[in-house]
Amino acid sequence: MTAQQVSENPLLKMEGISKSYSGVPALSRVRLEIRRGEVHALMGENGAGKSTLMKILSGIVQRDQGDISIDGKRVEIRSPKEALDLGISMIHQELNPVRAMTVAENIFLGKEPCYRYTGVVNRRKQRELTLDLFREMDVSMDPDKIMSALSVAEMQLVEIVKAVSYQSRVIIMDEPTSAITGREVAKLFEIIRRLKSRGIAIIYISHKMDEIFRISDTITVLRDGQYIETRPAGELDHDTLVKLMVGRKISEMFPKRIAAPGAEVIFEVAGLTKTGLFQDISFKVRKGEVFGIAGLMGAGRTEVMETVFGLRKADAGVVRIHGREVKIKSPADAIRHRVALITEDRQLKGLNLTASVRDNITLVNLKTFSLFGQVLQFKKENEAADAEIAKLRVKTRHRGQIVRTLSGGNQQKVVLAKWLLAEPEILVLDEPTRGIDIGAKAEIYKIIADLTAQGRTVIMISSELEEILGMCDRVIVLYHGRITAEFERAAFNQENIIKAAMGNWSAN
Amino acid sequence: MDTRVINWRNTGAFFAKYGIYFAFVLLAGGLAIWSRPFRTVGNFENILQQISVNGILSIGMTAVIITAGIDLSVGSVLALSAVVATSFAQVNDQGNAEHGLFVPLALGVLTGLACGAVNGVLIAKRRLAPFIVTLGMMTVARGLALVYSHGEPEINLTATYDTIGEGLTGPGVALLAVVLAGIFILHFTRFGRYVYAVGGNELAAKVSGVNTDRILVGVYAFAGALAGVAGIVESSRVMSGEPSAGEGYELNAIAAVVIGGTSLNGGVGSMAGTIVGVLIIGVMNNGLDLLGVSSYWQQVVKGGIIVCAVMLDRKSKY
Repeated sequence: MTAQQVSENPLLKMEGISKSYSGVPALSRVRLEIRRGEVHALMGENGAGKSTLMKILSGIVQRDQGDISIDGKRVEIRSPKEALDLGISMIHQELNPVRAMTVAENIFLGKEPCYRYTGVVNRRKQRELTLDLFREMDVSMDPDKIMSALSVAEMQLVEIVKAVSYQSRVIIMDEPTSAITGREVAKLFEIIRRLKSRGIAIIYISHKMDEIFRISDTITVLRDGQYIETRPAGELDHDTLVKLMVGRKISEMFPKRIAAPGAEVIFEVAGLTKTGLFQDISFKVRKGEVFGIAGLMGAGRTEVMETVFGLRKADAGVVRIHGREVKIKSPADAIRHRVALITEDRQLKGLNLTASVRDNITLVNLKTFSLFGQVLQFKKENEAADAEIAKLRVKTRHRGQIVRTLSGGNQQKVVLAKWLLAEPEILVLDEPTRGIDIGAKAEIYKIIADLTAQGRTVIMISSELEEILGMCDRVIVLYHGRITAEFERAAFNQENIIKAAMGNWSAN
Repeated sequence: MDTRVINWRNTGAFFAKYGIYFAFVLLAGGLAIWSRPFRTVGNFENILQQISVNGILSIGMTAVIITAGIDLSVGSVLALSAVVATSFAQVNDQGNAEHGLFVPLALGVLTGLACGAVNGVLIAKRRLAPFIVTLGMMTVARGLALVYSHGEPEINLTATYDTIGEGLTGPGVALLAVVLAGIFILHFTRFGRYVYAVGGNELAAKVSGVNTDRILVGVYAFAGALAGVAGIVESSRVMSGEPSAGEGYELNAIAAVVIGGTSLNGGVGSMAGTIVGVLIIGVMNNGLDLLGVSSYWQQVVKGGIIVCAVMLDRKSKY
């Protein structure tokens, strides 16, 4: 960062920003200062408030309190359109282009160059303007290509070009590398540097530490909806940053495990293959173990366990439970073999949001509360639901409360309660703490520890390295659908796991 | 300040939830005060008779819509079931019945059940949109009704068949039985709970081990079977099996279900709401008739009420 930039007024200033959702504070008095031409990393755990802050900045939600100013002038951002007009654009993690339109049409969506008076789109001019933008940014792409034919990286590029075409001065990138490969990341960084040299500021959100240190100039850390600190990236190292984000020593988050895992192999996958998703996956899990599956998003972790659970069909491979080969063709089969799957996306696959807490908790086990297998025994059902609510300390007014109205952490507990009621021997937890606050996280870890103490076995998929290191007895690492490494707890090493997840690690 | 906001929201939620019941009480009460002929026993019997067919169809439709589906075929299936049932309830040249009463009744219900099951299988197994599948069945069943009956109404029915639909007893008993069965199945059985689970989040239900295909087939078969029952009630009431019967009935049923607060997005709704929805439509038709409002205007009013009901439903969610 040059001296001149430091002395300048900030380009964007957010101060005292507060926001709560139905009484639950998501942000309280958060500040953020962005300078021209800097890459500013916004760091924090899930639920730290990063995305809420960015939604406020891009006009998707409205703040309750606080000031936003650009170039020292106070501004109001009441809609995404107003944000764009102020030169703020956001590139979302989930890209959402109009897939049936061409590249040029997407870039000029809503601001198409038209012939005078008629409002008819001047397609030739639109194409030329697109090519101009591409030249400026050193992008080579056919403006007439249909969006749906592009790769994710190319779509992202189109989004960036689109942001530039709005004369954006601040571009927010939310997890821009979550779905692209190493070479594409290098290209993205090159483009980011080009944007910087034009004075455009980038707010960069990512969980990938190595990227943060590679690309960012300044780092702001949020935790639990609070502003923690802003520092030049050069002054921070990995450990300090993690400490700032987590706010306590990691060891305090994770409960002591009382019982050591037994020797008996309770669950085994051998040669499991699904073409295009994963190949030759083999691993053994011992009774009472917390077995981790690490890897980047898209490495095939979820797909492997969904296949084991009968949600997808494998091309090859076998699953053994208690040493006996089992055929699991549907979730119902898996449940019969006392396997539970707590899915990654609880809203999509875990919960019926429109139903009550009770109806969700008893869904897997409903038959045990039914006379002749059909007639519901409400008293029995209510008692069981109440017991689970108490056991897991689900914060709900009543078992009849609709699940949609619960907080993320409590929703996750409802999913857990549902599966614990089925008394599974093997629990597969896919990203069990994604998007829930730290307090609820620690509770979930406690529950996992208790489960293994009861002799149950946990298979945990996680992208959060701290969680893997803190909870697991053993971990395998997946990269592009293959197992690249396996570590015993004694040999856990953050760096090696990351390397294996990036596909460049070998045991020797 | 906070508490006031919450109170207001609770009031809003309360009205959204029970508003439809108040609306019904208001409507019926108003008419009872306004119109002397409305508040007679004879008129109540009339209303019950008039709503019986729509009531029976609406019970099935409720289950379908709770799964986030729709069944456009019930009107046509009603007609097909009616012509099949009545063709086995005709008297021969000697004036005697060919079959006992059981045969036409069973065949009528089975015809509806079969059509519904076909709908369900296509929707569950082939993952086709319910709108498309049942739109197809609507046309197919209508066509089959015409083919089977050669386009002529099935008349000369046995006296026993005709008496089912006579007066209030037959339709009333059928409606009551269907309503009780509907409430029991939807709210007191595992199947019913799964219907909500499938409608609320089909994928989550599947992950939880629910055989979602079976639930969908069951729901459409249930709606089809009830269309069969409605076909019997309707044909015995007019003493003929008309291949053109039931046209547009599916829309009346959908209207009653939606007015009753069942969400077209699935997962939310109740039989009680539907029953009130049916009553509101029935009382409104009857009342507007008694007040001498033209049937043209009645349609305008009915349409407005449907839209208002959905608006109320929307409000309760945001």
